[in-house]
Amino acid sequence: MNGLPREHYLNVDYGIRSWLFTTDHKRIAWLYLLSVTVFFFFGGIFATLIRIELLTPQGDLVQAETYNKFFTMHGVTMVFFFLIPATPAVLGNFLVPMMIGARDLAFPRLNLASWYIFVIGGLFTLAAAAAGGVDTGWTFYTPYSSIYSNTHVALTVVGIFITGFSSILTGLNFIVTIHKMRAPGLTWFRLPLFIWAIYATSIIFILGTPVIAITLLLVGLERLFGLGIFDPARGGDPVLFQHLFWFYSHPAVYIMILPAMGVESELIAAFARKRVFGYEFVAFSSLAIAVIGFLVWGHHMFVAGQSVHAGLIFSLLSFLVAIPSAIKVFNWTATLHRGAISYDAPMLYALGFIGLFTIGGLTGLFLASVGVDVHVHDTYFIIAHFHYIMVGGSIMAYLGGIHFWWPKMTGRIYPEPVARVAALIVFLGFNLTFFPQFVLGYLGMPRRYHAYPPEFQVLNVMSSAGASILAVGYLLPLLYLIWSLRYGRVAGANPWGARGLEWQTPSPPPTHNFDTIPLVTDAAYAYDKEPEEVYEFGKSSHA
Amino acid sequence: MSSGAHITVRSYIVVFLILLGLTALTTGVAFIDLGAGLNNVAALVIAVLKALLVILYFMHVRTSDRFTWVIAGAGFFWLLILMGGTIDDLVTRNLLPGEMQMTP
Amino acid sequence: MSSASPPMPDALSVRAHQFENVEQQHEASWLGMWVFLATEVMFFGGMFTGYAFYRSGYPGAFAAGSNRLDVLLGAINTAVLIASSFTMALAVHAAQQGRRRAIVNCLLLTMLLGTVFLGIKSYEYYEKFVEHLVPGWNFSFEAPFERTAEIFFSFYFAMTGMHALHMIIGIVLLAVIALKARRGRFSAEYYTPVELSGLYWHFVDLVWIFLFPLLYLVGRHL
Repeated sequence: MNGLPREHYLNVDYGIRSWLFTTDHKRIAWLYLLSVTVFFFFGGIFATLIRIELLTPQGDLVQAETYNKFFTMHGVTMVFFFLIPATPAVLGNFLVPMMIGARDLAFPRLNLASWYIFVIGGLFTLAAAAAGGVDTGWTFYTPYSSIYSNTHVALTVVGIFITGFSSILTGLNFIVTIHKMRAPGLTWFRLPLFIWAIYATSIIFILGTPVIAITLLLVGLERLFGLGIFDPARGGDPVLFQHLFWFYSHPAVYIMILPAMGVESELIAAFARKRVFGYEFVAFSSLAIAVIGFLVWGHHMFVAGQSVHAGLIFSLLSFLVAIPSAIKVFNWTATLHRGAISYDAPMLYALGFIGLFTIGGLTGLFLASVGVDVHVHDTYFIIAHFHYIMVGGSIMAYLGGIHFWWPKMTGRIYPEPVARVAALIVFLGFNLTFFPQFVLGYLGMPRRYHAYPPEFQVLNVMSSAGASILAVGYLLPLLYLIWSLRYGRVAGANPWGARGLEWQTPSPPPTHNFDTIPLVTDAAYAYDKEPEEVYEFGKSSHA
Repeated sequence: MSSGAHITVRSYIVVFLILLGLTALTTGVAFIDLGAGLNNVAALVIAVLKALLVILYFMHVRTSDRFTWVIAGAGFFWLLILMGGTIDDLVTRNLLPGEMQMTP
Repeated sequence: MSSASPPMPDALSVRAHQFENVEQQHEASWLGMWVFLATEVMFFGGMFTGYAFYRSGYPGAFAAGSNRLDVLLGAINTAVLIASSFTMALAVHAAQQGRRRAIVNCLLLTMLLGTVFLGIKSYEYYEKFVEHLVPGWNFSFEAPFERTAEIFFSFYFAMTGMHALHMIIGIVLLAVIALKARRGRFSAEYYTPVELSGLYWHFVDLVWIFLFPLLYLVGRHL
């Protein structure tokens, strides 16, 4: 193929209406991509303000109340409007039907509704930010959030409540699609690991999100009607709020990492040109993380007033949940062994993920130990821990996935040399930003303070310097990916020579994904075979 | 998958009448002191029975495939996890001196 | 589904393009509704958890609060809702047999019973307002439960209110389905929307089956 296909999902129809009323999962993925990118840079602005304030020990950029709004808006935006939707709603929406040989998700109109709900929820939160923001922290602990804060709590929780339904409907769509719409011959253990990861994530979407929805609703009702269910002065218990909040918000972090792990499996397999070592273990580990992840929420509450008995149980289970994650890391590493490794940009992100996720995960074990957590809770050690996983892990994998599937989504390749440089800048900037924070936290610098003792300044300056480098690393892809839409080299159906079903159709794909649905005769990552041996087009019973 | 075609109108009538009966039972039993917290147990057992009748017959789960059973059960099971962890905290709070109490 | 299709839809015109056949579409729709109901279990479940938490902590207050609710009205409402589930099951049964008139009548009966439920509930809410039992509004309760009974009533209103909201949505949904049934949109081969509405309606009944004893029957023997 010398040029782009004559007709594909991007040019089959033009105009804003063809986008705003689309039911094509691929176009909806783009709608999400644009939305989450806007939120990412919005949340990044607050991160920038935070790191500027923390250049000096004094609280001299803004007042404490304003600083409280900065870290709250950063957390709310990044968690609910970037990390939770990004990989599932962008890459998941685009790839799930294509990887399983379906023509769309089970409920395309519901999919579009999910995006609208996401945007509406986001607008509520942006409105709250414009109106002066929220200062409760993204965790909305009561009774500060339910009674004493004078900021726009109700508006923000309404926004998050609404957006939660976007997650729920997306998860519902994925579960039904994966169960009912796989191509002939595509049994569960032949599925790409990305699908297993999305499936596990969808279980969390379904069972966890409703709980935070009702919890934030109760906070809103408490604020609006002056109830007392979380107010100690009236017999309420703030720890109950934390139980309800973290029952979702802990599994939420697995929502943020599981799809990234799915991307990781795809990248490692493609750039080592090997089947993933221990495929079944990796598949089951995704399910295990989803299930066990629901049993550990109390490790956020060791010092909140929770009973010691509960604390010990949650501590033990938190150690347990590390095991399936470790299994994945071992298996990815084993996949690399004796593989035909190439170091394209997606692989650089994938390799960075293994190292940074491992560091983040191991520090999680420190925190699972109640004795250590008592010392470092609410310090920068915690912040470093979760940023290693969510930024060093999730965002790296997301970027790797965007680069990997960019040719499929657009029909064009990004400029490889620039992309590799950007990946290295991200890696360096990230470590310079967040490694010092482990040290700061262990030395006792608390989180959520706009001022700190002068002896912490050097490490804070290093961290802020790293943040500026990281920002450059994130801006570069924004620029060259957009550039590539016009000037990038035409990619062809399978520029990476990968084995996934999504690569056996033109780039960009037609609206209906495949001209005919193939019969699948082997498992994923069959690099020891030619694609034609694995996918028999014209042999299946499906139209 | 459902195939509620096997459930007859007569079955629905019987289930309906049993549900009414259980409602009357639970209401009546509530006014009798069964002692030692058994009232709570009785109310919950009866409620669960009623729920099972609705789920199995009205919602056709009795004639549905196993996966429907799994989904139906998953929601309740997960709810038990949430309740279990939360209540465990509350009821074990006074195991050690100085732990936070609920004020009466 | 095209709105210009003939009155009696044939199997092909009801199949959405992403599905290979009508069976797959039906299975997907059925599974989708059950997954949605699982989310609803967790949604209400958060409130049930809060309720269980405070009932464990304040058994006296919850008993005192519960005794201020009208058991007779609550029991009648329970019977009304169970009857509406019965009529709903009959509606789905009629749909399986393609009996258009019966579908519509049973759906209308279900909607009527649902409306009766809401009417009784509204009266109960009004009673509570008059008796100064609305938290955050005009609440007052006798000692020693002045503060903690308010928590009971917060959960009473939050849980029954959320339940009532779901019922209103259900009644509107049934109205839409009844209209479609009247226009002959369903047949013995295709009645999925009736079936799925039934699942939703029964779920709302299920929630009340637990709400009734947990709210109305606490400490009645004392």
